[in-house]
Amino acid sequence: MDLLIPDLGLFFWTLLAFLVVLFILRKFAWGPIVKALQERESGIADSIAAAEKVKAEMKEMQSQNESLLIQAREERTQMLKEAKETKDRIINEAKEQAKTEANKILEDTRLQIERQKMAAMTEVKNEIGNLAVEVAEKILRKQLAGQEAQQGFVQMLADEIKLN
Amino acid sequence: MLTICKRLFAVLFFIVAGFSAFASEEHAGASHGEKKEFDASEVIFGHIGDNHDWHFFDWNGHPFSVPLPVIVYHPQKGLSVFSSARFHHGHESYEGYALDEKNKIVSEDGVAIKDFSITKNVASMLISVILLLLIMTSVAKKYKKNGAMKAPSGFQNALEPVIVFVRDEVAKPNLGHKYMRYMPLLLTVFFFIWINNLLGLLPGGANFTGNIAVTAALSLISFIVIIFSGNKHFWGHLFNPPGVPFGIKLLLVPIEIISLFIKPVALMIRLFANMLAGHIIILSVISMIFIFGAISSYAGWGFVPVSLAFAIFMFFLELLVAAIQAFIFTNLTAVFIGQAIEEAHHHDHEHEEYHAKHPVTGQGYNVSEQEIIA
Repeated sequence: MDLLIPDLGLFFWTLLAFLVVLFILRKFAWGPIVKALQERESGIADSIAAAEKVKAEMKEMQSQNESLLIQAREERTQMLKEAKETKDRIINEAKEQAKTEANKILEDTRLQIERQKMAAMTEVKNEIGNLAVEVAEKILRKQLAGQEAQQGFVQMLADEIKLN
Repeated sequence: MLTICKRLFAVLFFIVAGFSAFASEEHAGASHGEKKEFDASEVIFGHIGDNHDWHFFDWNGHPFSVPLPVIVYHPQKGLSVFSSARFHHGHESYEGYALDEKNKIVSEDGVAIKDFSITKNVASMLISVILLLLIMTSVAKKYKKNGAMKAPSGFQNALEPVIVFVRDEVAKPNLGHKYMRYMPLLLTVFFFIWINNLLGLLPGGANFTGNIAVTAALSLISFIVIIFSGNKHFWGHLFNPPGVPFGIKLLLVPIEIISLFIKPVALMIRLFANMLAGHIIILSVISMIFIFGAISSYAGWGFVPVSLAFAIFMFFLELLVAAIQAFIFTNLTAVFIGQAIEEAHHHDHEHEEYHAKHPVTGQGYNVSEQEIIA
């Protein structure tokens, strides 16, 4: 069979052409194409990895934000509480102070009143004493205006001495 | 625009397919002068064989063919180059050379000559080479121009899945991390065979990949690459399999050496036989019209739909086979190279088995050597 006997010429040309095609395509086609495909694949993989990373970072940031928010809220509550306490304390202190002050004023007033009263009483007493001495003087003058009254009085005094 | 072109091309394809079948018949009739009888085997063998002119069809008994250059080397006379038109379709001799009845150039002085003519097959291959170079360099240019990160477009889009397929399904599973070294070879083998298979399907096309000289050249390249890729471990296992008794070694080593040579031979015969068979079947189915036509013209016309249906079916099958055979040749080349470059550590368990992992599913599959050669 002719079909099974390889033809030298065709064999030669095929070998030559194939090798030429191989070398040309290796240099000008397969190299750039395979390289580009690889680059694209690694590029896509990198992009996906980067996106994943950004997503994770975003998530972390979000959770961070949330915790910050919670913290801020807690701080605010704390501050409000403290402010309230301070206010109450200040009010209470003021009240306390006012009370003491008022008591002190009352006490002072009371003491002054007492003192004034005492002074007034002393004056009244002195006045009454003076009045009593004046009255007694007048009465004595009246009673001892006559000769006989004076004698009688001296007599009486003398009697008293005698009696003693 | 592109789809219109494609449809137009498809329509033309089938018109010319039918036309060339008629042409073949007329050619057969014309070349035998007064002989009216249709000789199917001559038509078929004339078509699948090689020729010194590219014959398209006959018109009113006048052959429409393109003469091709003849390059012959005579040990005494040296190299001669002339057009095959000088032979006048085998009727005349030129410079002491003539065409014999098998369309082969012989020297009239009986000396064995070497024929390096640009035959129909060589011309068809040159066309395919030009097409291949144009397509691939333009696609490569697009990659360079658009950069790696832009989505492919146009023809680049059509070729990219094929290139990725060769890389991910052929190179990576068989060659492991060394696959980049063999990518140019595998891609060239694949596209060279594929484009030639497809050109061979065109009406009037040459039966290039169905020629044993072509497949021999291709498998020789595979063989050389396999031999030169073989590492110490490969040759060690070939000539001195470890852990095998001496008596069995005597038997095993010759078998291993034979198997080394059977691999490229199997590659050669597989592609040759598949493509040849496809061409023969299509031509036979078309020839049936004329065989029936020779009995009666009504029978001939009546058989046209049946024959055409078969022929169209076979054309579609051959389109598939064109890609499948290109893939098988490439894949087996990769498998054989993979065996030659396999590292020591996982060979011991699997010895005669080739083990690979599917890159996507991660599912492992085993192919025994027997299956690969079959």
